Amino acid sequence: MTALAIEATGLVKSYGDTRAVDGVDLAVPRGSVYGVLGPNGAGKTTTIRMLATLIRPDAGSARVLGHDIVSEADAVRAAVSLTGQLASVDEDLTGRENLVLLGRLLGLRWAPAKARAAELLDAFGLTEAATKLVKHYSGGMRRRLDIAASIVVTPELMFLDEPTTGLDPRSRNQVWDIIRALVAEGTTILLCTQYLEEADQLAEGIAVIDRGKVIAEGTPGQLKASVGSNTLHVRLLDPDQRPQAEQVLAHDLGTVTLEADPSALSAACSNADSGAEVVARLAGSGVAIAAFSLGQPSLDEVFLALTGHPAEQAPGEHDPINEGNPA
Amino acid sequence: MSTQPAAHVAATAADEAAVRRAISSTPRPPKAGPVSAALTFAWRGMLKVRHVPEQLLDVTITPVMFVLMFTYIFGGAVSGSTGEYRDYLVPGILVMSVLFTTVYSGVALNTDLTKGVVDRFRSLPIWRPAPLLGSMLGDTVRYVVAGIVIILVGVILGFRPDGGAGGAVAALALVVVSAFGLSWVFTTIGLLLRSPSAVLNAGFMGIFPLTFLSNVFVEPTTLPGPLEAFVNVNPISILADASRGLMAGNAQASDIAVVLAVAVVLTAVFAPLTTRLYRKS
Ligand SMILES: Nc1ncnc2c1ncn2[C@@H]1O[C@H](COP(=O)(O)OP(=O)(O)OP(=O)(O)O)[C@@H](O)[C@H]1O
Ligand SMILES: [Mg+2]
Repeated sequence: MTALAIEATGLVKSYGDTRAVDGVDLAVPRGSVYGVLGPNGAGKTTTIRMLATLIRPDAGSARVLGHDIVSEADAVRAAVSLTGQLASVDEDLTGRENLVLLGRLLGLRWAPAKARAAELLDAFGLTEAATKLVKHYSGGMRRRLDIAASIVVTPELMFLDEPTTGLDPRSRNQVWDIIRALVAEGTTILLCTQYLEEADQLAEGIAVIDRGKVIAEGTPGQLKASVGSNTLHVRLLDPDQRPQAEQVLAHDLGTVTLEADPSALSAACSNADSGAEVVARLAGSGVAIAAFSLGQPSLDEVFLALTGHPAEQAPGEHDPINEGNPA
Repeated sequence: MSTQPAAHVAATAADEAAVRRAISSTPRPPKAGPVSAALTFAWRGMLKVRHVPEQLLDVTITPVMFVLMFTYIFGGAVSGSTGEYRDYLVPGILVMSVLFTTVYSGVALNTDLTKGVVDRFRSLPIWRPAPLLGSMLGDTVRYVVAGIVIILVGVILGFRPDGGAGGAVAALALVVVSAFGLSWVFTTIGLLLRSPSAVLNAGFMGIFPLTFLSNVFVEPTTLPGPLEAFVNVNPISILADASRGLMAGNAQASDIAVVLAVAVVLTAVFAPLTTRLYRKS
């Protein structure tokens, strides 16, 4: 047993002239969520498909849970499960039938397969929808079923390809809770996402990929630190006081950004002490503060700094002010 | 998460406990054997027939209408009597009905591919050809149902072949074996074309003319020379003849041999092709 769940070196996959994956190295430790972050067409899905033994790499090699993905593909398949980008469940079957089907294919007998399906439907809040055809499920229900289908037999490693794309914030949070529970039980998860917030919320390590190459790697904190200064976000109770607040911040910190929210503003801030002083001065000057946070830069800013072009927007509104607000 | 209302937090906390229980409770069973995996896929195919009966209706209603229309509208003109024409037509339409159903094997496979469910099947530790072979077994059940419908309609219209029930069953079995062979052609097409409707169109564009240029509807002796020659070598004609022969109790062994040979050749060529394309897709 190696300490690494995934160890990939120089993976390459081309489609015609497109180098979908162009020399990807990955080192994913066991027992945590590892995020692969990148915009549309970066090569995330292609990387996952190689690691899950669905396609062969043109060059490079990888070991998944210690097994070579080409020469020991069967051993890899026996220990991993895949939740693809397109919901990988059968739309023309019911939720229950989907789970029983997978239970049978994974080697359970009929009775245990049925019992397991019932248990999972219950755990994922799908019991009421158990006998409905999946094509009538909402996006969130389908995703939950998809994940349930991936853990009919608990995998050691799970590939999750953009599990929350297209979900509303509530369904997204449900999926995140499920992912956290899976990790808490010891499953390693390779999570592909375009959403910086998602990687930030769930992953311990992140590889940022762009145009088939890993362009940065580290913890969310390290990635943010590599971009530089912290940011002080302030939201006021009264938008009319923003010009006054802007003056105070500008005096102490320099350039102030007025955000789209008419009561919010932010400024770069070298360290926590100076941030705390500014907030104190702001309150002392009679400005009513609704919330403030001294955060590291968002991963959006990280991505921009790394690639020179912005990443896709996260689902739902990303509100950094609330991050420091113990509501 | 701090923005979530308290009620939601409570609800997910309960879910999370259940999720954890569900996750921790499964020791990995021994791998499914090849036969059990294939039969499970066959079961999946049959569930689909139950949930999407329209597919089966599509391919059975048209032939049933053909039996009714052709028997009563053309029967007199073609054979001199509706009864005589019905006896000629029913075994032929049986062939047509079941062969049309095979197009849906390709359609179903293509649908799977465009949906992403195949990615999951391919990432499972199962015998590689199991999904394909299992679907084909499930489809066979569909062919049998489509065939029985036509035979029953014939019986309702007064069709009483000399070969009796045994002859009808033999004819149905032969037609289903042929369908099994032909369906590999459509699964290959299903893996090559882009959308389910493209497969459906291509399938019917191939099988419609082939069926009409056979002896399913009329004796080829009335046709112009070159056409008659084609109709006589068309495997669908030979299958229709064998089907008539088995139902009437006077089948030619040579017809049956040709039909079985065609099924074997189609399977030998297209089954490996399908398997290879499926693995690569
Ligand atoms: N089967 C294929 N045939 C041809 N080109 C492909 C194929 N699969 C992927 N590509 C190309 O490879 C590149 C990377 O695709 P990939 O699906 O891996 O990106 P991704 O990071 O998953 O993007 P997204 O966020 O949109 O899912 C893209 O330019 C894509 O068009
Ligand atoms: Mg993708």
